[in-house]
Amino acid sequence: MEKLNGLRCRECGRRYPGAPVHVCEFCFGPLEVDYRYDALKGVVTRESIAAGPPSMWRYKDLLPVDGDVAVGHHVGFTPLIRAQNLADELGCREVWIKNDSVCHPSWSFKDRVVAVAVTKAREFGFDTVACASTGNLANSVAAHAAEGRLKSFIFIPADLEQGKILATLVYNPTLVAVHGTYDEVNRLCSEIADKYRWAFVNVNLRPYYSEGSKTYGFEIVEQLGWRTPAHIIVPCAGGSLITKIWKAIKELKALGLIDGPTATKMYAAQAQGCGPIVTMIKNDTDVLVPVRPSTIAKSLAIGNPADGYYAYKTTKETGGYGEHATDEEIIDGMLLLARTEGIFTETAGGVTVAATRKLIETGVIPRHESIVICITGNGLKTPDALYGRLDAHVKIKPSLSAFDQALADLKSQTA
Amino acid sequence: MGTTTRLRLRLTFPTHLVQEPIVYRLVKDFDIVINIRRADVKADHGWMALELDGEPGALERGVKWLKEKGVQVDPIERDVISP
Ligand SMILES: Cc1ncc(COP(=O)(O)O)c(C=O)c1O
Ligand SMILES: [Zn+2]
Repeated sequence: MEKLNGLRCRECGRRYPGAPVHVCEFCFGPLEVDYRYDALKGVVTRESIAAGPPSMWRYKDLLPVDGDVAVGHHVGFTPLIRAQNLADELGCREVWIKNDSVCHPSWSFKDRVVAVAVTKAREFGFDTVACASTGNLANSVAAHAAEGRLKSFIFIPADLEQGKILATLVYNPTLVAVHGTYDEVNRLCSEIADKYRWAFVNVNLRPYYSEGSKTYGFEIVEQLGWRTPAHIIVPCAGGSLITKIWKAIKELKALGLIDGPTATKMYAAQAQGCGPIVTMIKNDTDVLVPVRPSTIAKSLAIGNPADGYYAYKTTKETGGYGEHATDEEIIDGMLLLARTEGIFTETAGGVTVAATRKLIETGVIPRHESIVICITGNGLKTPDALYGRLDAHVKIKPSLSAFDQALADLKSQTA
Repeated sequence: MGTTTRLRLRLTFPTHLVQEPIVYRLVKDFDIVINIRRADVKADHGWMALELDGEPGALERGVKWLKEKGVQVDPIERDVISP
């Protein structure tokens, strides 16, 4: 089945062959994968999808991969959980958690985009993959490159904490610590991507890479029994994930796989200390004002997001909105999810839970409608955020009487 | 002109610079050839995606000057990562 038309400029519509390019040479707009939906209609069915593997690759027909899947065979198809305890706490009827904190293999939704990017890198004949990152993306690129037997170059700012680097280094990439400002790391990477024939997953492979995020949206719909929720709240950094979840819903609708109307409203969640997309939404302007990030939600700390404009448009087009969360609210959000549902998410998840709570409390999201909260990363990767924030546990001598006493003390404290 | 290099950048202008002839100064004072590919300039804010051709030293100086003026200079890809 010939399913791809190559690439297409999102701004001026010019067409390009399917190559590792990402910017329109004419207008510098972003390029996007162009599918032949007419060829897919009737071929991609609920049954054909259900017959696929229990991973994101059950949607392979809707991904820009022509040949065999090269890496990440087990990525995705993470649990969608009915979160009744959280719903009760929030005073809502129907809350779901899409839980990519347990995405295989590197514990964030980035495995979805990287599995596509590294598979494409192999398809295009690259022997080296690369990325600039300070977190989840670095982990995932290094892991998938190892699996695919590709060399990898991971660029990070030199003054990053050792703990963050470890979960990348373990896969044996070439880690390049750049002495300079973050600005300079970015500009350097775009120049390196220009000069070396490497697969920069989020630069020259970006059109393919970003398509992997659609599977997060496909799974939500399939796991809800081929229906769409009323509200989806998405953590935003570069702004790609939120646009791709919405694109996923539109694709399934166009293919006739969703019953009834799709009136899902999309919401952006960002930290107060780095919320340029939510600021656009709140000010109702399509002008993105870059910010200098200052937040504990480091995985979301992109001050000048490439897809900010499209993220804003997604919330506007769907009738959704956006909300900021302060560092305190982020911690509270992490603790709330852990306490109610037994899920330990990272700061990005704290942002999303906190933003959801605010959207409900301010009446933007009605309490009786269905809500999906996107949990996209694991808390065990960034325990630093919680150091010094949790109560000390009970310490006793190894005797029953010591325990009895401690228990009595605890009871009197909480009484 | 000796060897020239090419840079593809996105400039973001804060309110107080929207009215200034920044691009004109870049061409005239730094001897940089500029090709604007896409732009959106409003009354209080604006951005431009452009290609700059010039000698490497001139480009470096031009970019430094832009930053000193308060223009945000990013690669065309953006997604500027942070600490
Ligand atoms: C855990 C987590 N959630 C959400 C995001 C946001 O994704 P996007 O950059 O597509 O907006 C990121 C990364 O950037 C992330 O690491
Ligand atoms: Zn174009």
